[in-house]
Amino acid sequence: MDNEIREISCITDEETRLKAKKRRKQNIRYFFTVLFGRGILAKISFVLVCIFILVAVFCPLLTSYTPFQQELSNALKGASPQHLLGTDNLGRDLFTRIVYGARFSLSIGLLSSVWALVIGVALGLAAGYFGGIFGGLVMRLMDAQLSIPPLILALCLAAVFGGAVFSISLIIGISAVPGYVRVIYGQVLSLREYDYVEAARLIGQGNFKILFKHLLPNCFPTIIVMFTMGVGTAIMIESGLAYLGIGIKAPTPSWGVMIFEGYKYIFSSPHLALWPGIMLMLLIISLSVVGDGLRDALDPKLRGKL
Amino acid sequence: MNEKKPLLQVEGLKMYFPLKKGLLSRTYCHVKAVDDVSFEVREGETFGIVGESGCGKTTTGKCILRIHDPTDGKIIYNGRDISKLPKSKFKENRRELQLIFQDPYESLDPRQSVCSILEEAIVCDRKFHTKEEIKKRMRELLSLVELHQDIALRYPHELSGGQRQRLGVARALACNPKLIVCDEPVSALDVSIQAQIINLFRRLQEELGLTYIFVAHDLAVVRHIAGRIGVMYLGRMVEILDSDDLFENSRHPYTKALLSAVPTTDYYREKRRERIVLEGEVPSPINAPPGCPFHPRCRYATDICRTTMPELLDRGRNHLVACYHDGPCES
Repeated sequence: MDNEIREISCITDEETRLKAKKRRKQNIRYFFTVLFGRGILAKISFVLVCIFILVAVFCPLLTSYTPFQQELSNALKGASPQHLLGTDNLGRDLFTRIVYGARFSLSIGLLSSVWALVIGVALGLAAGYFGGIFGGLVMRLMDAQLSIPPLILALCLAAVFGGAVFSISLIIGISAVPGYVRVIYGQVLSLREYDYVEAARLIGQGNFKILFKHLLPNCFPTIIVMFTMGVGTAIMIESGLAYLGIGIKAPTPSWGVMIFEGYKYIFSSPHLALWPGIMLMLLIISLSVVGDGLRDALDPKLRGKL
Repeated sequence: MNEKKPLLQVEGLKMYFPLKKGLLSRTYCHVKAVDDVSFEVREGETFGIVGESGCGKTTTGKCILRIHDPTDGKIIYNGRDISKLPKSKFKENRRELQLIFQDPYESLDPRQSVCSILEEAIVCDRKFHTKEEIKKRMRELLSLVELHQDIALRYPHELSGGQRQRLGVARALACNPKLIVCDEPVSALDVSIQAQIINLFRRLQEELGLTYIFVAHDLAVVRHIAGRIGVMYLGRMVEILDSDDLFENSRHPYTKALLSAVPTTDYYREKRRERIVLEGEVPSPINAPPGCPFHPRCRYATDICRTTMPELLDRGRNHLVACYHDGPCES
């Protein structure tokens, strides 16, 4: 009987290859089914995120004004055919500034989240996996950083590094690192006790391979959710910094700067703060919905269940 | 006596886990999970270790694989003591000692497909380089454990318990192991699947000349697969005997109590079966009683049992017992 089973399993290569091809196709289909499987909200969010990114990339093509072009005679006007969303206190076109603001806000949000993600995940993985003195040291350092209010920390760092987009994103990223480290550390502590990690060690796999092949992929769900939430938080912190006069300087259009500029005119011309605020809200909500979808779509356990 | 040379000799193996407390994590006592265990395993044979939960069977297995670093004792594999080797020097033997896990659901990475699980195990060897070689080896392994090639594209959650355990076996075999420690490999499976997996183990042993250390608590399973059986109680080996002798000639009171709990299918024998019910609980391995570890529950216990640990002595016919009262006293 054993021989019989073995003969069956020796199917021709051609057949297996076809099956593999079919399965790959199915997997791609499942990916999109799951990604959009949460209904209309997921689809809208995905489209919104795409629009925001496209706008940020192609902003000069969308308007005929520049964000710095002042027209004082035309200040604080409502919507009109010339100025789709009206003008601000210096007569600059609000629509143009929002479009350019998408560029700055998105790049700061994404860049600082990437910084936080890379530093935080690397430290968290290493601290959780190796533990011992190194792990303790890393975790106590993170505790020490957590005890300093993030805004104060960002203020100090901004004084050192200056206020360009790059350094601001680094500053915001560093202040978000402890959150990542703590969560990943906890996750790795529980994951490293699993038998499959032991099995990998038994077949002679090195520590770094185990970290990147087994522990990191199993942390993905948490990382994706943290990342998409982090983008929103980073944009918020950036606006806070802008309000305090550090970070992005005033004429540069970032949504945060615009909200705080418009806030002075909240009663006379509410649209100045309202529109950037709405954009910020839409971006944050749609990013987290897309993040949830991505988390599910990348989970092999959910594949083929729909 | 079997002529084959011993592949593995365990001598006086001790594994104490320290219990720590306080700010400076001062060690205040030890859990004596394995305490002075000695046995040897010959090439090509199956050595079964039985005992109740918490008696140190799994820890013994994990010490042999160097998952735990033993506190004391020697583990001589192929004539070389591997218990004290630094990790870098142990590398060359690392892949020859493999483990089959108890829980097939936890031993496979849920984010790896079957194909990449096997590939990882094969590539680690650095013997196979081209894609074709790896693929060929993969097919070989799958057919060795009687799995269909289709499975290679699946993820662990799409497999049944039996298939997962077969995959675990295939992963271990990818390393060309000489000794496999099977840590209760069938206890998480269905009874009908258990039989299949056990027969798979036996076939692989015949074909590849493997040596097994089979840890289990199911006496019937162990007797079926093992040649020699060691019975453990509270971190100590209390009896080692041939599996054919297990039901008829066991001599240690604890082994007898264990055996009396095995039900038989024959009605009349079942009626006649004498149940030895042990009083009390297993003492804690943190605070093991002096003398024979079994004496608080043993009905033959005398003063000497309470003070001095009986040695594991050869009573002829490959039969080792650690008890003062085996033989005439009990009848």
